[in-house]
Amino acid sequence: MTPLLEVRNLSKFYGARIGCADVSFNLYPGEVLGIVGESGSGKSTLLNCLAGHQPPDTGEVIFDTRVEGPRDTVRMSEPERRMLGRTDWAFVHQNPRDGLRMRISAGGNVGERLMAVGARHYGQIRDAAEDWLTRVEIDTGRMDDRPSAFSGGMQQRLQIARNLVTGPRLVFMDEPTGGLDVSVQARLLDLLRGLVRRMGLSAVIVTHDLAVVRLLADRLMVMKDGHVVETGLTDQVLDDPQHAYTQLLVSSVLQV
Amino acid sequence: MISHYNFAYLDEQTKRMIRRAILKGVAVPGYQVPFASREMPMPYGWGTGGVQVSAACLTPGDTLKVIDQGADDTTNAVSIRKFFERTAGVAVTERTAEASIIQTRHRIPEVPLTEDQILVYQVPMPEPLRFLEPRESETRKMHALEEYGLMHVKLYEDIARHGEIATAYNYPVKVEDRYVMSPSPIPKFDNPKLESPALQLFGAGREQRIYALPPHTKAVSLDFEDYPFDPSRADHPCALCGATDSYLDEVITDDAGGRMFVCSDTDYCAGRRGEDAA
Repeated sequence: MTPLLEVRNLSKFYGARIGCADVSFNLYPGEVLGIVGESGSGKSTLLNCLAGHQPPDTGEVIFDTRVEGPRDTVRMSEPERRMLGRTDWAFVHQNPRDGLRMRISAGGNVGERLMAVGARHYGQIRDAAEDWLTRVEIDTGRMDDRPSAFSGGMQQRLQIARNLVTGPRLVFMDEPTGGLDVSVQARLLDLLRGLVRRMGLSAVIVTHDLAVVRLLADRLMVMKDGHVVETGLTDQVLDDPQHAYTQLLVSSVLQV
Repeated sequence: MISHYNFAYLDEQTKRMIRRAILKGVAVPGYQVPFASREMPMPYGWGTGGVQVSAACLTPGDTLKVIDQGADDTTNAVSIRKFFERTAGVAVTERTAEASIIQTRHRIPEVPLTEDQILVYQVPMPEPLRFLEPRESETRKMHALEEYGLMHVKLYEDIARHGEIATAYNYPVKVEDRYVMSPSPIPKFDNPKLESPALQLFGAGREQRIYALPPHTKAVSLDFEDYPFDPSRADHPCALCGATDSYLDEVITDDAGGRMFVCSDTDYCAGRRGEDAA
């Protein structure tokens, strides 16, 4: 089976400091990979390099494209990479304000990716937007409201709808539940799990919340100081942590 | 004509620089060519870009017409016309058909233009994507990569909010299936006239951009399949000349709700009334 995403020896330096160093992994279709670690451990740098938001210094990010098969996205031309960014890839930001257009209605936000790939029929765009708002449990009566009138949880769900409308195969998520209260988090996680399973999406989820990865991720990668210190199946890593840092991380979780 | 000035105010090197930008603009229709806009003896927003393009195109044998919102007799038009009368000594006219260069603010004349004419637009904001994407680096990239989905998001918002495409002026066009271009704030009624036998040049002084539509260039107004482009027009005849095919201004005549609709193109209206009288 060809991996959907194959990362080889990816490194990114900020001057002399390490962003992330020598990261390699394979992600197979339908698989969800969690990346955990403390603040400053290089999780977000890694995710941005994978999604093409930042150029890595060394290494390859090979994505299995629909038409041409495996291609190195680091070395592909910018138009191709941006095309991937709005068709086969999706990026869910931690802060919905970074991923939404706040001055444009919810419907317009969902429709933007469709229009970006050439949809030119207002009625069809609107139908698709309505369908997706329903799927992420936003009342279709709020379709013409701006995201600034939405609660944080709704904004995050809108961001997810906006990203999934073009049927991507790979979703990058940067702390998708950060900044939400626990009950809203639980609903969002439930929704995400349903969508990921039903659509057969592959996902890379960066988070510092172990509960999130326990629920969503099949496999786990633990990062510290820019290096991957432990990888394995999620339950295996969380229940039987081998590396000292992972042990610290797992034992630091507050029990209610 | 004042002899202390070079012909048409600008020095020859500057005109040469502007002509280069114009030529590049003509070669790549709809592409915004940066140029080193000069300080002009008028404030930004009064047509400094248009004046520089006109100055670079003028020859002593030209006849100049200047329009401001369709009219020949408003402040902006009169000032610019006087400016070139004094600094270039060229003949001026108010008749569209007699002019070889027409500088215009926000209208295209009703009388069809010919291949012997140049229409120069004053452009306040040349970037059609500006209010959707504030970063210049990003809009340039979007033009380069032909990523124009965002323009349709704006039209989508119009329909979602107003039930129709409510953009009434500065209506974006796609030039030769490549660049999305702002036609300057002309009413969308004028958009079909952009496909013209005349050379059309656009000058934005403050933003330092020049772009062009060569004669007979395709310029398609953006729209949706189920909400096609509609060059709307007030549903009245002109109160002065009775024209039913011209763009109308609504004029308030008193405090009691009295109003009249008159041709925005004063030369067209006067010409029609002259014919009616004869």
